[in-house]
Amino acid sequence: MALEENLEVREGVDRETVETVQNMGSYKYGWATDIEMEFAPKGVNEDIVRLISEKNGEPQWMTDWRLAAFRRWQKMAEPRWAMLNYPAIDYQDQYYYAKPKSMAEKPKSLDEVDPKLLATYEKLGIPLKEQMILAGVEGAEDAGERRVAVDAVFDSVSVGTTFKEELKKAGVIFCSISEAIREYPELVQKYLGSVVPQSDNFFATLNSAVFSDGSFVYVPPNTRCPMELSTYFRINAENTGQFERTLIIADKGSYVSYLEGCTAPKRDTHQLHAAVVEIVVLEDAEVKYSTVQNWYPGDEEGRGGIYNFVTKRADCRGDRSKVMWTQVETGSAITWKYPSCILRGDDSQGEFYSIAIANNAQQADTGTKMVHLGKNTRSRIVSKGISAGRAQNTYRGLVSMHPKAANSRNYTQCDSLLIGDKCGAHTVPYIEVKNTTSRVEHEATTSKVDDDQLFYCRSRGMDEEEAVALVVNGFCRDVLQALPMEFAMEAQSLVAISLEGSVG
Amino acid sequence: MAVAQAKIDALAARLDALDLPHGGFTRAARAEALARLRATGLPHRRDEYWKYTDPASLIAAAAPAAALFDGQEPPVFDTIDRLRLVFVDGVFDAEASDDPALAGVEICRLAEADAADIHWAKSVYGVLEARGQDPVSRPLAALNTAAATDGVLIRATGRAAKPVSLIYLHKSETSDAILHHCVRVEGGAELTLLENGPAAARFNKVLEVDVAAGGRFHHVRAQGRDHERRAVTHCFARVGEGALFKSFTLTANGQLTRNETVIEIVGDNAVAHVAGAALGDGRHGTFHHDDTVFVTHDAEACESRQVFKKVLKNGATGVFQGKILVKPGAQKTDGYQISQSLLLDDDSQFLAKPELEIYADDVKCSHGSTSGAIDETALFYLRSRGVPLEEARALLVLSFLADAIAEIEDEAIQQEITSRLEGWLARRR
Repeated sequence: MALEENLEVREGVDRETVETVQNMGSYKYGWATDIEMEFAPKGVNEDIVRLISEKNGEPQWMTDWRLAAFRRWQKMAEPRWAMLNYPAIDYQDQYYYAKPKSMAEKPKSLDEVDPKLLATYEKLGIPLKEQMILAGVEGAEDAGERRVAVDAVFDSVSVGTTFKEELKKAGVIFCSISEAIREYPELVQKYLGSVVPQSDNFFATLNSAVFSDGSFVYVPPNTRCPMELSTYFRINAENTGQFERTLIIADKGSYVSYLEGCTAPKRDTHQLHAAVVEIVVLEDAEVKYSTVQNWYPGDEEGRGGIYNFVTKRADCRGDRSKVMWTQVETGSAITWKYPSCILRGDDSQGEFYSIAIANNAQQADTGTKMVHLGKNTRSRIVSKGISAGRAQNTYRGLVSMHPKAANSRNYTQCDSLLIGDKCGAHTVPYIEVKNTTSRVEHEATTSKVDDDQLFYCRSRGMDEEEAVALVVNGFCRDVLQALPMEFAMEAQSLVAISLEGSVG
Repeated sequence: MAVAQAKIDALAARLDALDLPHGGFTRAARAEALARLRATGLPHRRDEYWKYTDPASLIAAAAPAAALFDGQEPPVFDTIDRLRLVFVDGVFDAEASDDPALAGVEICRLAEADAADIHWAKSVYGVLEARGQDPVSRPLAALNTAAATDGVLIRATGRAAKPVSLIYLHKSETSDAILHHCVRVEGGAELTLLENGPAAARFNKVLEVDVAAGGRFHHVRAQGRDHERRAVTHCFARVGEGALFKSFTLTANGQLTRNETVIEIVGDNAVAHVAGAALGDGRHGTFHHDDTVFVTHDAEACESRQVFKKVLKNGATGVFQGKILVKPGAQKTDGYQISQSLLLDDDSQFLAKPELEIYADDVKCSHGSTSGAIDETALFYLRSRGVPLEEARALLVLSFLADAIAEIEDEAIQQEITSRLEGWLARRR
């Protein structure tokens, strides 16, 4: 902070430039908010599960559902098949529920939210002040700015959701999942766990038992959601795991684009994040789900950082439904994440675009599953993995063509880029074809940053880091183009920042 | 835990049915293999490495019976001038074999040489197999090292005057053969090894090949056409500086085949190619063919190539598990891997897991995998040129397999394999 003051007084230097320079080369969301928190006791057991359920004011069926998941979880073993190396996690040595004290009484509107929390999101670049944006709507729209409704999750609770009323007019329900369980139990009961069942895997089962909050979206038939929806996850408290659950239902003929962002403060200890995202896509509906995952990655020596174990799955239940996953994974010490598509409806489509960047001591094991069940289903996978420092980056994926998925197509491209000779890039695809008329194509390459390209950039006067950033951005272009505009800009600069210091 | 116990129990049952040889120069290697085996047990369906192939019939205490095949055709390689060594149901047949004297090569039987405590093969037998057990264990190869009854030990010191050919005949419906061969190609020497025949109702074979700096080794094999036979084979190769290792396998028929090839490139500028063509027809029961390949690059500027093609119909299953591991420091590696299948009907399936694991940055590694039906446009083109439908299909199947067959360097042998394929495709109409 002292540095900032010093620089500020220097004449002729643009304030913005100073900030940009300061933010370069470091994790810029590493600060913590000093706020009074209410914790549930450390560890997890049936009482904690009941407590979380009670805190959220849930009906009995929800409590029972959680307890059933918890009992199952106790009998499960943590999966160790991924190419990830980390010490055993002590599941009893962390908090499963942390809530800002000021949220004890659920605020009725955004005006009642603790200003400290609002300031936190402001600092993250996520304004929760709907009014101001609304006031400036006319002008903003002219300037080409799009409006985004935000559900902000702070540790274990949803702080607030913007544009709720306006979305309601269009028939779109966008709220925290705890609210949905109370307000729309019939929808939640019908769809919760229908894509990722309670017993799906170790981390999803744990999430089913202890998820504290998350987002819920329902888009009614033949409705195009009037604005982009977004959830911003922030882990703030120490030794606290975040377990959020997102449920998105796109009814017949609807469309929604959903953005997800996440950050956490710098801490010396590892923190657990185990989320579940379920997406139900009915006939002719389309869902776009974009993630910029920027959890704290730990320091250069691998101290601290988030352990990110996430289960994301979309079920294209209806004919001609479509889902598109786009992810930019730059954060987390450990990433274990495989957003998948179940292409059940005939003519349904699944797409997966991913950039995974691992630097320093980061480890990423990520990919997708495309399960083709319906006829004429299509899927496309474009995965770009970049490793630098001592990082390990693995693409792991499954493409499965069932006997009844006639005339289906898959195209997979996984490219890996290595920067430095101490990192690793790995590809583990599973391909299962069980009918004749389907076509599956898989391609993968591994290479290093091309010396000729670097030389060209350098001869044009760029320094080495700039040159690498440019080449890497070119390498990622296919994926960056699939992102919504605001995200693409952020992602592009993230790609450059994450690789800072990896050259030379 | 239940799985781990099942694997140990299966091993106990299997060992009970075997009469383990004591061995002379192989004694230590056999004891070590047995110790490794007792730690891991036999493979189980739940093992990740056996995800796509059920090892039950390969690990059963007794070999499931397999009817004999009468193809009424001359055996493969009959037209090639070669030194013939014949095994009938895993037992060496001296009468049917040629005199093993050949310029540039020393050949002896494992069963005879194993009476002595000292032999050049001591540095190979069970040694390459043991190296190939990490990072994935291959219990059936360890079982072979511990229990092999016979095999041949071939040492090439110069350029072999002609190919050495191992012929495996299958005459008993319940035979269970375990053979273990060791090959050492000395610096600058060259050897071609041919193998053909079904060998037994159930065949477990290990081939260890040590190619010293500048040595050249060619391996071409045609696995027997007995519909009900089962086979699990392992080839462990260590390739030295500037050396060449090439292996090609043709498989048609057989109820279950698992061919594992484990190659370790330890010298700079070495080349290792492994290829396979499989034609599977499930109408005679089942056809399950599994190619599992693991290539490790542990030296600079080496090239490896994996080319596997499978044509499947009538409920046939083709499996490909291939991996290229580039160790830290193995710069300038050129690794390539392609696995393709042609599915001729909806009952057949292709299951593939092509993997890359890379720890060096200045490398060029790529892999591709495709699966699909016969190209209708190509078929239409041929038919419009007056080629009858069945003939056009056979032509397209052959052209699909061509890339794999092209990996055979010797033209006469390549021609022999191609004409066999043409004959089989013609008669399948």
